Amino acid sequence: MAQAINVEDLNIYYSEFLAVENVNVTIQPRSVTALIGPSGCGKSTFLRTLNRMHEVIPGAYATGSVEIEGANIYGSGVDPVNVRRRVGMVFQKPNPFPTMSIRDNVLAGVKLNNQRISRSTADELVESSLRGANLWEEVKDRLDKPGMGLSGGQQQRLCIARAIAVKPEVILMDEPCSALDPISTLAIEDLIHEMKQDFTIVIVTHNMQQASRVSDRTGFFNIAGTGKPGHLIEIDETEKMFTNPENKQTEDYISGRFG
Amino acid sequence: MSTSAAATPTPQKQSDPPETKARTAKRPGDLIFSGLSIGSGLLIFLTLLLVAVFLTIRSLPAIQSSREVTGDADAVSLLEYTAPLVFGTVFAAVLALLMAVPVAVGIALFISHFAPRRLATPLGFMIDLLAAVPSVVFGLWGGVWLVPRLEPLYMWLNTYLGWIPLFAGEPSAPMRNLATASVVLAVMILPIITAVSREVFLQTPRLQEEAALALGATRFETIRTVVLPFGRSGVVSASMLGLGRALGETMAVLMVLSPGSSFSLHILEVGRHNSIAANIASQSAEATPDVMARLIFTGLVLFVITFVINAIARAVVARSTQG
Ligand SMILES: Nc1ncnc2c1ncn2[C@@H]1O[C@H](COP(=O)(O)OP(=O)(O)OP(=O)(O)O)[C@@H](O)[C@H]1O
Ligand SMILES: [Mg+2]
Repeated sequence: MAQAINVEDLNIYYSEFLAVENVNVTIQPRSVTALIGPSGCGKSTFLRTLNRMHEVIPGAYATGSVEIEGANIYGSGVDPVNVRRRVGMVFQKPNPFPTMSIRDNVLAGVKLNNQRISRSTADELVESSLRGANLWEEVKDRLDKPGMGLSGGQQQRLCIARAIAVKPEVILMDEPCSALDPISTLAIEDLIHEMKQDFTIVIVTHNMQQASRVSDRTGFFNIAGTGKPGHLIEIDETEKMFTNPENKQTEDYISGRFG
Repeated sequence: MSTSAAATPTPQKQSDPPETKARTAKRPGDLIFSGLSIGSGLLIFLTLLLVAVFLTIRSLPAIQSSREVTGDADAVSLLEYTAPLVFGTVFAAVLALLMAVPVAVGIALFISHFAPRRLATPLGFMIDLLAAVPSVVFGLWGGVWLVPRLEPLYMWLNTYLGWIPLFAGEPSAPMRNLATASVVLAVMILPIITAVSREVFLQTPRLQEEAALALGATRFETIRTVVLPFGRSGVVSASMLGLGRALGETMAVLMVLSPGSSFSLHILEVGRHNSIAANIASQSAEATPDVMARLIFTGLVLFVITFVINAIARAVVARSTQG
């Protein structure tokens, strides 16, 4: 189920603006990879190229290759819609569908493409996805209530349940806890720990304690100055990155943040 | 001051609120603004009230002597006179709405979500322009250009789909029937519905659309799961705007419809229907006082219908924004 991601010579553009330059990296299956770096260095931009969400922005495109399971998702004839079904995404702000109930939110991705599923299969999927997102106990009695009625942290876990319901291989998370309180954040961090048994997870975070808590490997992005492209400076085992990084920039960034 | 306040806390508390109130009320900007807004609110209300009172008083003679009106070739009671007009008015407006809304939503979606920006901007501009074309022009276009061109379509509908009551009956040229009137009305209300719908669709939160896309939704599925539910109340209010305009439209109907008086469902037949507004416009110039009272009564009915539809629309919008 979980797959490795192999990125080669990836350049990412917004029209003429080169936002991220020459990324080469291999992301291990069944692991959590954290991406850190200063604001504007291209973490979100890079993350969004891994499921081809980057190109929904007018004028945005990427060159190079991103291989999942050995096949380039930017290859000719690859439908981005299919890529996004295999690579799920959780956003910075919880975004359940406001007109749908909790249950329908979980099933939203499954019901796309006019896929028909039986009532009992749907029930099972709703339960297993919500359990997978550690939300089942809290919402099992109000599955037909609107998803917007949940707290922010619950909404974010609902979004995670929605993402895992389509059984992706990879899950991308862009600062999934930045809009949440510490308790909800811990709940999601625990969840990420459990989820890496089934999925390859890439998470962007500004919180370095969080990166060190949840991730196996950490990548550091940096930018030389405004208007310059961002680079992946270093990526290594999380422990090594936070104790003994190879690169001076990484060390400066990490020590600067930790005081 | 502070010591005395501490010593006698109760009077201090009592005197405090009026003081602050007086201070806020004295700001001249606030005063002028609240005066203006209350004033214009009252003015609108008063105007509506006056219109309603005028319509009621002037139609009283018709209501009181509801028997027959002399001078008309076929004398009918007030009810028999008004009911077919109401039927024709609502029927034509609803048909127009049924034709216009799907097309308008389609165009609005095309402009907001499919067309490249280079095409979308001029298209939107054109739609806005169309909304400003006076109805006489639509009437002329409908009567002169559209009527002969719809004839083959009507004949085909009548021949092959004649088992549907709508297309039954005996259509005859020139096709100045309710169907043509509805088509012209549909074209007239299309721009306003399109313009408002497009505005709403464009406001769909980016994050919602990305949520759908990231789940592997196609563009069409994104529209179905996110854009349409988000825009639903906006489309409803846009449609009600259009319906209101279609109900009250005078010139265009007058210029394309051969009037009649019946409850016929056969929209292809000529000389079977008329609308309240067109009827008033065509009859009022040479009306006897009796007939005039009747016309004003039908005007009152139109006034009430428009009011009721507006109220329903508001209820629908309120409910769908809640849910
Ligand atoms: N939609 C866009 N159009 C044009 N440029 C963009 C767009 N989104 C981001 N950029 C630019 O791309 C660069 C990288 O932005 P990105 O959002 O990936 O940074 P980030 O590392 O995620 O920052 P943060 O930590 O603040 O989220 C920035 O220079 C930004 O201005
Ligand atoms: Mg970001």
